[in-house]
Amino acid sequence: MSTLITWLRDPNPASRLQSKLGQSYLSWLRLRRNPLAMIGLTISLALVLMAVFAPLLAPHDPIAQELSRRLLPPGTAGNWLGTDDFGRDILSRIIFGSRITLYIVLLVILTAPVVGLIIGTIAGYFGGWTDEILMRITDIFLAFPKLILALALVAVLGPGMENAVLAIALTSWPPYARVARAETLTVRNSDYIAAVKLQGAGAARVIWGHVMPMCLPSVIIRVTLDMAGVILTAAGLGFLGLGVQPPLPEWGLMISAGRKFLFEQWWVATMPGLAIFIVSLGFNLLGDGLRDVLDPRSTSK
Amino acid sequence: MEPASLPAEPSRLARLLRQLGATAFSLCITFIGLLAVTFVISRVVPIDPVTSILGNRASQAQIDDAREALGLNEPMWKQFGIYLGDTLRGDLGTSIRTREPVLQEVGQRFPATLELATLATLLGVLIGLPAGVIAATRPGSPYDQAVRLIGLMGYSMPVFWLGLIGLLLFYGTLGWVGGPGRLDAVYQMSYDFEVTQYTGMIMLDTALNGRWDMFANAFSHIILPAGILAYISMAYISRMTRSFMMNELGQEYITTARVKGMPERRVVWVHALKNVMVPLITVIALSYAYLLEGAVLTETIFAWPGLGSYITDALQVADMPAVLGGTVVVGVAYIGLNMLSDLLYRLVDPRART
Repeated sequence: MSTLITWLRDPNPASRLQSKLGQSYLSWLRLRRNPLAMIGLTISLALVLMAVFAPLLAPHDPIAQELSRRLLPPGTAGNWLGTDDFGRDILSRIIFGSRITLYIVLLVILTAPVVGLIIGTIAGYFGGWTDEILMRITDIFLAFPKLILALALVAVLGPGMENAVLAIALTSWPPYARVARAETLTVRNSDYIAAVKLQGAGAARVIWGHVMPMCLPSVIIRVTLDMAGVILTAAGLGFLGLGVQPPLPEWGLMISAGRKFLFEQWWVATMPGLAIFIVSLGFNLLGDGLRDVLDPRSTSK
Repeated sequence: MEPASLPAEPSRLARLLRQLGATAFSLCITFIGLLAVTFVISRVVPIDPVTSILGNRASQAQIDDAREALGLNEPMWKQFGIYLGDTLRGDLGTSIRTREPVLQEVGQRFPATLELATLATLLGVLIGLPAGVIAATRPGSPYDQAVRLIGLMGYSMPVFWLGLIGLLLFYGTLGWVGGPGRLDAVYQMSYDFEVTQYTGMIMLDTALNGRWDMFANAFSHIILPAGILAYISMAYISRMTRSFMMNELGQEYITTARVKGMPERRVVWVHALKNVMVPLITVIALSYAYLLEGAVLTETIFAWPGLGSYITDALQVADMPAVLGGTVVVGVAYIGLNMLSDLLYRLVDPRART
């Protein structure tokens, strides 16, 4: 372990890999000093572990109904967070629900930032009319009310998880395009780009191999900060019955199911909401901390 | 500071006019873009507009006539032209559910949303702005950390869940506030028949009519949803205020003011805040626009008869003209507020005029 750390802290790295890992190690040390960010990291990791090991962690089947045990309050032996109106264990449903939440988040962050990255780098690299047209389209999408557009899209496409993901992705790429374009503008006239061009690289190669990697850090920070927003939008769509369909244990859907007996059996709606809140807070804390560490502009006091 | 003798005035006016022109141009482009998107959505919708009007038993001749009358036989670009013209004339189509013009229905619903979003923004500014300023004067202090954490919590809270918890706690358990809806049933009747409705915003109308009992009742109903939306907007405003103030307090003129011996309170709340107000206008306008939209889920929870619940109700019965009409109206309000904040920014901040 200590040799690894010495290797990482070596001021004269022998390879590019060592230098990169050393940099990441220093960022990690800075991140570790921020307690809120560490809480965020813990929550995010816990979510991933919960999703991966859901079948092992959950005490009950999330979908199996047991009508003799319906609407039991939290603290009941065997059902620590209580049961819903079909007698399903709320804790198990929350644990399995983490899979759906993570799946939606992954699908969105694998599409929207990529689209934004491509549009932003192309606009920034070519400039002129290409830039003008692409950025005008971006601005139009940016000026839209996001949630309402997503609602209208899902209304047309039909409710369901994939369509909800599509609607969220379609409304969340513009900020990434803006970020990527701004980064591209700062590197496009630098010497190393000129050198690559002189070696005969085409536009696609320059953008893909030499511009995009430079945009990645800013885009990644933005992704972490946006993840909570994606979770909240997906839950909102689920709550309105436009996202994931029953009997799947999606958290937003569970809240809307618990709404009917909010005043008598408060836990049915409260527990999944707490899960959404904790997970979003985790991503937000992590994103906030990451930005402080990775973004040189925000560290200056 | 430019000397007054320089002939800068006419060119500045010209520049302002040019910017107004550019803003108006991009407003038009964005508006057409919005309509293009809603148009595309309305054409890919799997519900045939002819069947939805005539029903299943219409004869082929009737269907052909209807298609002709609706302009569905024209090429796509021409159909879009018709749609554009209709929308500009204020024709947003007819609701399938009620057979009423969408614009008229939206007009009836809009004041409720406006009242909610306005009160929420006011509360959000009243709390968020001072909180952000104080946080910026003591960076790193426990107070600063608390504001930051409370703000992040606001960003992380599902607003519909917060609404349910609020109802459970303040209405169900404590009984401090009125429940869902804008008024108690008793007052709703007398509001409909005894009060002159100047604006459709109940608190304003009852105050203008001197019906303070009804005003109090309306307040007890609006305070919970408005407070919840205000929390979201406060989170955003306090965060932005803090970051603007931090930036401003590092400027040299602030040091000068301090060196001159000006009281710290005056330095912060007068000199620095005055300059921060300019970008803050943009932030406040954006959060207002966001609340107009964010009200969708809150209105559903509180049975608030505004634009948001209009859209979600229409969604449940696949009333697409109503959904898209509502989307267009919210979109226009959103775009308008965006542009307005941009314009205000340029008017107020001389540095942005170049």
